[in-house]
Amino acid sequence: MLVAHLDPLGSSLFSLMAIASLLLAFVMLGSRWLNNYLYAFAAESWIIAGLSASVGFYGHYPELYLIAFLTAMFRGLLLPYLIWRIIKRLNVAREIHEILEPSSTLVAGAVSVIFALVVSYHIGSSLGLAGTVAVLALTIMLSMKLIGFLMLSVRHEALSQILGLLVLENGIFLGAQILVPGMPMLIEIVILFDLLVVVACFGVLVRYLLAHAGTTSSFDLNRLVG
Amino acid sequence: MTIVGTLLAVMILAPAIAAVGCVLVYNARAAEMMNLAASVVVFAMAIPITILSASGPYQFLAGYIIVDMTGSWVILCAAIVYLLASIYSVGYMRLLHEEQRLWAFYALFSGFALTILLSAVMNNAGLYWIVIELTTLVSTFLVGFERAAESIEAAWKYIIIVSAGISLALLGTVLFYWCGSFVLGPTYDMTWETLRAAAPKMNPGLAALSYLLVLVGYGTKVGLAPMHTWLPDAHSESPAPISAMLSGALLNSAMLGIVRYLAIADAAQSGHLARTALVAFGILSLLVGALFIVRQNGIKRLMAYSSVEHMGVVALGFGFGGPLGIAGALYHMLNHSLNKSLMFFGAGNVMRSYGSKEIASIREVRARFPASGAVWLAGAVGITGAPPFGLFLSEIVILRAGFERSFDWAVYAVAVLLIVIFIGFLNHFRAMYFSSAASADKQAAISRWCIAPMWLALAPLLVFGLWWPNGLWNHFMAAAQSLAGPIP
Repeated sequence: MLVAHLDPLGSSLFSLMAIASLLLAFVMLGSRWLNNYLYAFAAESWIIAGLSASVGFYGHYPELYLIAFLTAMFRGLLLPYLIWRIIKRLNVAREIHEILEPSSTLVAGAVSVIFALVVSYHIGSSLGLAGTVAVLALTIMLSMKLIGFLMLSVRHEALSQILGLLVLENGIFLGAQILVPGMPMLIEIVILFDLLVVVACFGVLVRYLLAHAGTTSSFDLNRLVG
Repeated sequence: MTIVGTLLAVMILAPAIAAVGCVLVYNARAAEMMNLAASVVVFAMAIPITILSASGPYQFLAGYIIVDMTGSWVILCAAIVYLLASIYSVGYMRLLHEEQRLWAFYALFSGFALTILLSAVMNNAGLYWIVIELTTLVSTFLVGFERAAESIEAAWKYIIIVSAGISLALLGTVLFYWCGSFVLGPTYDMTWETLRAAAPKMNPGLAALSYLLVLVGYGTKVGLAPMHTWLPDAHSESPAPISAMLSGALLNSAMLGIVRYLAIADAAQSGHLARTALVAFGILSLLVGALFIVRQNGIKRLMAYSSVEHMGVVALGFGFGGPLGIAGALYHMLNHSLNKSLMFFGAGNVMRSYGSKEIASIREVRARFPASGAVWLAGAVGITGAPPFGLFLSEIVILRAGFERSFDWAVYAVAVLLIVIFIGFLNHFRAMYFSSAASADKQAAISRWCIAPMWLALAPLLVFGLWWPNGLWNHFMAAAQSLAGPIP
């Protein structure tokens, strides 16, 4: 188990990067401009790539360097580029309908982080891992999950929903790097490709939404009820 | 290569070739025939695979592919629905006046069948997740095929809700891997069997958390309430053959994941929590189904909520567990696949003929469809769980399993809800068949292709309601045993 005996520098490096990506999730949560979401997402992906590489270095998993490279290329460059193209097509720069003000959303996000911390703390102490970076990784995994769902539920633009889904996936990927660095590489690579296909499908659907439903805000998608 | 391996390879290759062929020939007539041929081949292969799986499980490709009894049962259900829906779509899709794009429809259709079949043979939990994700991506474009504002809306809701849902399943999968890494070391192949073997040494708290995440995640795809919200939209807005595939084949393939994880949770000593959670979701699905069936305006939405209800019943069967519960749930899957296909085919026919999705504008069905109307009405009686049709038998067995496993409270709740659904569902059919009103002119002539699969679905349904073949019973008992593992 990597996290149980890790040298202090590595451990603090992991913590720093994990917390930085959580902060970037909060940047997305607190902004209402679609461009900011995109930059925050790209930065988060680069940090995760750095994390993969450093886990590979400290845990002696050379295959993680490849994963880090692919993460940077796919999540850090290709996905943001695809999403940028969708934004250009949309002519929507910011969220128009808001259920919650960004400030209240931030508070809700903070509450979800506390909840995630409580859950991870219990799990961590029952595994005898209290105080290690594993608890932090689990906290960030769960709280990015909750923040992603928060984004999905309080935002209406099609693009925010796509990014919300990507934050969900980023959280899992980040936690997996620290908790299960030995996970077979095949799975990780296939999941990366899968994400690419997902975003491509979203791109096509957004075009259909514009052409046939005339809107990209889920606020106006209200024909089907009951 | 063994016989099973050859049969499996042929079964997987047939829809794959059809999908590629549809793209290459670019012709509607050729595409529909290729898809139909593929579905016949899949059906012909699925039967021997199901029978031979009893002497399994068989593993292929370094253990990434498995043919076991539960998986092959899901394959059989999917193959039946695929065959019926392929016959039906030959007639139905010609009514849509989309000749130019039909090749794409059939390419996606056979691709969709391919992903469903693949999901049932995946032996690696991570790859299973990926294939389930693929089923969503392929079927999204089938749901939105008609390109009306409503169908695009349904497709969008479908992909967003289901992707968000199964990302929870991915988190659960990663956490299960973590659970296993305490026992098996940092790198191992995450097959169902290794996980179950490692389960007794897993941390029960972490295993329970992982199981609940997986349950909610795949439960979204199964359409268990309260994660069912995509289901009525997607089922009602897609073309009728796709509705049948979604309901009769796709939902089962996601249920298979829950069942496999349930076996692991059982072995990890969190079986009680796991079962209670599954039973609670099942009852909630029945409740939501009942409430929305009683006050429903759309004919296909009525069928969709009935799917929510029946997936709830299947979840109850597996949740109760024991040989009786598992046998009932597997039998229910088959009967539901047959019966719901019949219902969606009938709904598609009347929808096209009356030119409306509203129950209120469909009147005097008997006068317009003397023979196939009678079949549809019989199917409606069957889908509410009334004798002499298959669903009656399987529901009774599941309820008996509930008593046996001391879930009495659940059985009483289910019994009440099933009666409410019976009354509510058939009341809509009473209105459509026996209340007279001025109805619109015939909008479209329904061809034989659209009628024949209804008969093909009704006949086995009636047989299974009157006679539960002994061979099937033995098959279920063996499947139950293989799910529960060697009894200590």
